[in-house]
Amino acid sequence: MSKPKCEDQVALNLWYTIAPIAELEEPGAQQTILLEQQIAYARNAAGEVVVWAHEGVPGGVPEQNTLPVQERYGYVWTTLGSPNSDIFPIPEYAEADRRNIHAATFGVNVSAPRLVENFLDMGHFPFVHTDILGAEPHTEVKEYFVEVSEERDEIIASNCKFWQPMAAAASSGGADVDYIYRVPHPFCSVLYKSSPLDESRKDVIAIFIQPFNQEQVRVHMLLSLLDDANNDTDIRLFQQTIFGQDKPILENQYPKRLPLDPRAETPIRADKSAIAYRRWLSGKGITYGVIPPAA
Amino acid sequence: MLKLYDYELSGNCYKLRLLLSFLGVEYKSELIDFYPGNQHKSPEFRQINPLGQLPVIDDNGLVLRDAQAILVYLASKYDPSCKWYPRDNPEMLGQISQWLAFADGITGTASAARLHDALFYNHIDVEAARAGAHRLFRVLDEHLFFAEEAGQDWICPGDHPTIADIACFPYIMLSEEGGIPRIDYPAIRRWSDRFKRIPGFTVMSGVFPAGPAAKDSSKAVA
Repeated sequence: MSKPKCEDQVALNLWYTIAPIAELEEPGAQQTILLEQQIAYARNAAGEVVVWAHEGVPGGVPEQNTLPVQERYGYVWTTLGSPNSDIFPIPEYAEADRRNIHAATFGVNVSAPRLVENFLDMGHFPFVHTDILGAEPHTEVKEYFVEVSEERDEIIASNCKFWQPMAAAASSGGADVDYIYRVPHPFCSVLYKSSPLDESRKDVIAIFIQPFNQEQVRVHMLLSLLDDANNDTDIRLFQQTIFGQDKPILENQYPKRLPLDPRAETPIRADKSAIAYRRWLSGKGITYGVIPPAA
Repeated sequence: MLKLYDYELSGNCYKLRLLLSFLGVEYKSELIDFYPGNQHKSPEFRQINPLGQLPVIDDNGLVLRDAQAILVYLASKYDPSCKWYPRDNPEMLGQISQWLAFADGITGTASAARLHDALFYNHIDVEAARAGAHRLFRVLDEHLFFAEEAGQDWICPGDHPTIADIACFPYIMLSEEGGIPRIDYPAIRRWSDRFKRIPGFTVMSGVFPAGPAAKDSSKAVA
């Protein structure tokens, strides 16, 4: 691989989801883009997943100069750099009674951090996900907690509560829903929300963002749910309906890159998690998909 | 009961959901895993539609494909007022057919660009698709401008919308997802705002309702 087009060393050294593993059942090499670098992925003759960078023509599956690969949570992960930590844990994924479903991979014309912030935001539920994740007049985002875990290097927003008419495909009516958000990776987030089936446990929804470039991404959505009634299609399409509602909002954000200067955009109390996220990105020195704070 | 083989994010399926809602016809949606499952290309679904496309309806054993064809059928069968498809008015039928074909052109351009950007239909020449959509939007915008000048609110003459409006609406409203801004088409903007105030209007993911202020100025379209 020639010199990477992405100059953000922090972003280069991260692990990224590039495709659901199921896509590798198709014959031949698949192609995609990561941080402006063209990459290809396929199974080799031995059945192993191989990912490699190329400059226009992927060619056959190479034996050398391949990129690091991990298979995790139903997806292929790779990196263009040298990660100094493993992919973050989602222990719920391994629980035997959960349904782990790839909801979709969608292309979105937005920067990765804008997408993460939208995922963290509860204030838009009644207006964008009307009669599903929210409804007027239940518009208040109640006080919640935000902490940055030094040990795990991730943001956790907890004690989030929101009244939702139809929190999941398995819901039978409106309910106060508890949320916990994790941001364990600059471009990934994991959400835990009350399960309609078991009040002691939570459904998990994760987004893994693969930046094509600074203003275009694709997002892979994983569901790990307790649901014994709906089929995979119903569960999957419920989540796609919600994401389809977010899409025009995301694509109309201006500027497309996330401004990290605290004075650039005016937050309200409900944006507490977003404030922590922007500060955390600044502290890491992330420059990809953001407008860095003025020096 | 009428069955619609349906996918939420499909603008062509949305055309039928819109008409069925305007007409107050009950139906059952059979959800198809269009993406990522590609269920519409499965051998089982090709038994229903050999073209492997959505939408399809099954109305008491009559199986029909193609959004425009189904609009014609549903309006002819379930609209006793004959306003959505005035089947005794040759001049109107000719004009409606013309705009139904035009709507297919919007699908081939604006919808194709959206599939390229959102669902990675990488074989599509997205620049050509966007340029084609802009050409069609320009034609429709001018048509609507002169229609407004003549006191006409809808694509075809008369004081009531037709299935031509329904056929054109979805992929125009979703065009930005394919990188096709509509800022240069003010008459389309005004027409789509009027369309959203038709009683029975429903949204799909990516299409938002008219603002609350609009309700006060809404004109009843009975």
